[in-house]
Amino acid sequence: MINSVDRAPEGALSSLKTGFYSRLPMLGILLLCLLLSVPVLTILTSITSSSDGVWQHLYDTVLGDYVTHSLTLLVGVGLVVLVLGIGPAWLVTMTRFPGSRILEWALVLPLAMPAYIIAYTYTGMLDVGGPLQVWIRETFDVRFGDYWFPNVRSLAGAVAMLSLVLYPYVYLLSRTAFLEQSVCVLEVSRTLGASPWQAFTRVAMPLARPAIIAGLSLVLMETLADYGTVQYFGVSAFTTGIFRTWFGLGSLTAAAQLAAVLLIFILFLVMTEHWSRHKARYHHTSNKYSRLPQIPLTGWKRAAAMIYCILPVLLGFLIPFIQLSLWAVDTWHLVDKDSFFTLFMNSLELASITAIIALLLGVFITYSKRLRPTLPLRGIVRVMGLGYAIPGTVIAVGVLIPFAWFDNTLDGWMREHFDIATGLLLSGTLIAVVFAYLVRFLPVALNTLDAGLGKIKPTMDDVGRSMGLSPLQILRRVHVPLLQGSLLTASLLVFVDVLKELPATLILRPFNFNTLAIRTYELANQERLAEASSSALMIVLAGIIPVIILSKSISRSRPGHDSST
Amino acid sequence: MLRKFTLTLLAVCCTPYCVPALADEVNIYSARQENLIKPILDIFTERTGVTVNLVTGSADELIQRLTLEGDNSPADMLIAEDVGRLYRAKEAGVLQAVESAAINDIIPAQYRDSEGYWYGLTLRSRVIIYDRARVNPADLSTYADLADPKWDNKICVRSSGNIYNQSLVASMISRNGVEATEAWATGLVANFGRDPQGGDREQISAVAAGQCDLAISNTYYFGGMLKSTNEAERKAAAAVAVFFPDQNGNGAHMNISGAGITKAAKNRDAAVQLMEFLAGEEAQAWYAEVNNEFPVRADVPASEVLQSWGTFKADNLALEELGIHNAEAVRLMDRAGWQ
Repeated sequence: MINSVDRAPEGALSSLKTGFYSRLPMLGILLLCLLLSVPVLTILTSITSSSDGVWQHLYDTVLGDYVTHSLTLLVGVGLVVLVLGIGPAWLVTMTRFPGSRILEWALVLPLAMPAYIIAYTYTGMLDVGGPLQVWIRETFDVRFGDYWFPNVRSLAGAVAMLSLVLYPYVYLLSRTAFLEQSVCVLEVSRTLGASPWQAFTRVAMPLARPAIIAGLSLVLMETLADYGTVQYFGVSAFTTGIFRTWFGLGSLTAAAQLAAVLLIFILFLVMTEHWSRHKARYHHTSNKYSRLPQIPLTGWKRAAAMIYCILPVLLGFLIPFIQLSLWAVDTWHLVDKDSFFTLFMNSLELASITAIIALLLGVFITYSKRLRPTLPLRGIVRVMGLGYAIPGTVIAVGVLIPFAWFDNTLDGWMREHFDIATGLLLSGTLIAVVFAYLVRFLPVALNTLDAGLGKIKPTMDDVGRSMGLSPLQILRRVHVPLLQGSLLTASLLVFVDVLKELPATLILRPFNFNTLAIRTYELANQERLAEASSSALMIVLAGIIPVIILSKSISRSRPGHDSST
Repeated sequence: MLRKFTLTLLAVCCTPYCVPALADEVNIYSARQENLIKPILDIFTERTGVTVNLVTGSADELIQRLTLEGDNSPADMLIAEDVGRLYRAKEAGVLQAVESAAINDIIPAQYRDSEGYWYGLTLRSRVIIYDRARVNPADLSTYADLADPKWDNKICVRSSGNIYNQSLVASMISRNGVEATEAWATGLVANFGRDPQGGDREQISAVAAGQCDLAISNTYYFGGMLKSTNEAERKAAAAVAVFFPDQNGNGAHMNISGAGITKAAKNRDAAVQLMEFLAGEEAQAWYAEVNNEFPVRADVPASEVLQSWGTFKADNLALEELGIHNAEAVRLMDRAGWQ
């Protein structure tokens, strides 16, 4: 036990006192977590209410589709992101081939591309009325149906779109893990007769499992929360079902219950994964961080590695980026340029504020969990983690309900006692917006930091304590320097996620306040894709810079790694 | 002096919260998107000096926000792009009735709530778009006819989650009852040329590209394509034409975009003033030109493109009916397998 040091023999009373004071910050963290879980808990508790036969109707008609389509999406996206994420991460970390230096960071670029935007773009290019099919019909003088062409707007199309923009989560986190791995382990495996492939599959991959799983679970949660893409493609999935039930059938209760089912399913997945690890631990036992050997590739292996690593960037970033740019040039004269700077600054402001708060909260919460993994804390963190899987609109309502309740209750109370009307203090302010972002995106920071912290040996804490450092000092002087990569990853992932966020912003924002994502959505929603492209491009551009910083600093983050390389 | 300054400072800081009514502003929750409403609001501000504050979003979500904010909601007016949503807002109890003789004189009775909770401000029809080369317009007649097997594999329409489709089905329920409408919807679904996907413009493009022969679309989308700056869109639009159904029967299905004053309105008078302005000639002409919608008042002409389609018989069903039957329409479409 780490805190056993506290228990110096100074008498029972004083030990009780220290016990209380040392628990105070923990209590604070617990309360904070509870506050941030309110929206998720609001949704979960809906299970107990009655929904007047809506479920019977859903069960009789569309529920089967919702379940099968969402599961197909999950499995499909899950498999594709693993292939697109882990392989290239291993190749650019452990081998050298032409372009590998550039690909190292370029592979993260699709992260800057919101899923709904890549969906719009590919549809614009590949749809029946799009330039490619028109060209085919005109050149070969054929009619629709005489030639084969994949339908973008399908379940398979949705899998492709989501995978292309989400694989960077797996790539980033597994690359961080590969970079942080100990060379000794790999060397030992090789001396024991393992081939490079075996060293990868039997040693490196299993050791990187927490990171890969962390990345994968972000992807899967994002997939389940996606509304823009599936709605646009006409795929009836759980999220579209939630909206339909809510607005079409007019049952907020049944909609919340659908969302709750989704959450319980995810909770089940997370727990299963957790239990399957048993008592396995993944931190290093060695302190030797010598430089990773990078094997130069030659011949067909080189070509294969290049194609393998270029393909995700090409499809997930370059092609849609070029198409957006072409549209933007085409429609530039129609764009309202005056407001562009304000939109840009608004987006940036929200993203930075949220990223900073999420980072601070994330560090304290994960560290508290490490210091004292009590059941209530672990439980509440798990519940909080579900926020990422909830569609933004549902979160927004989960925020609106308690905020409006608080505002109205306070207003009533103040009127009664002081005859002062306070009106809505929190609802309809940016505080509500940022709060919703935190509920939704804090899990990203938590997942990343948890994976990072898990790799630091507990003996490091013990050594620190034995040298008389307080837990906070250990955090500052031991963990933060070791965690640099994870800290950056966490804050920048949140930053980029907020830049792309649409539904919660849309509902919760104050008067006369817009972001780039909102402008893009409004034009795209009027089916004016080309005109939406300039603001879409701005989101991508605003996201690229942090993404590149992120990728570069991860390369440098390896302890003992020469920063000049 | 100092005290005066402090008081002023306090007043300034608290303005958005403590002062319940500031006569010279109107706060709007609008499902009409910024570029389709802001310019005309700016003109209103210029004319009257009344500041207009705007939050845009989807109507359902804005109604939810209004409901949760309750009496303290800052919003004075709700603008929605479909009668189904306005009806939901009325049902949710977030609107208040307004009696304005000025507005009632302008807006025909079927396009406003019978109790004055909401008013239609622009009109659109949901029509059939057909391929000029492959379809003889003489074969087209009614909405009911779209369920005929002769259109097997030939019809493109967007998903049933779309409110315009819900309203169309609701109007049929209102006229023909649930059973007949369900049989019709099942027949229509059997005629789909592809799974419902995309928006109305994409249905039109699919017809032009040959994937379907017929599409169901709102008029302003087609008008927008005809006037598009994108050459491919203009080309697609040129390959197809409009057909107004049910001309020998009830007339083409109509819908509105409209507005209502919220129950919580703190600036009711200014909001009513704005509503009257939006029903006025200047605003109506602007709407017609910018988004190719039919003006709600007879004395303002539609845009040239719309006029070129000729006059047509519009259904005179009271639009409240579309709201009343909306929930039933959604269930019916689920049962009919309309994705």
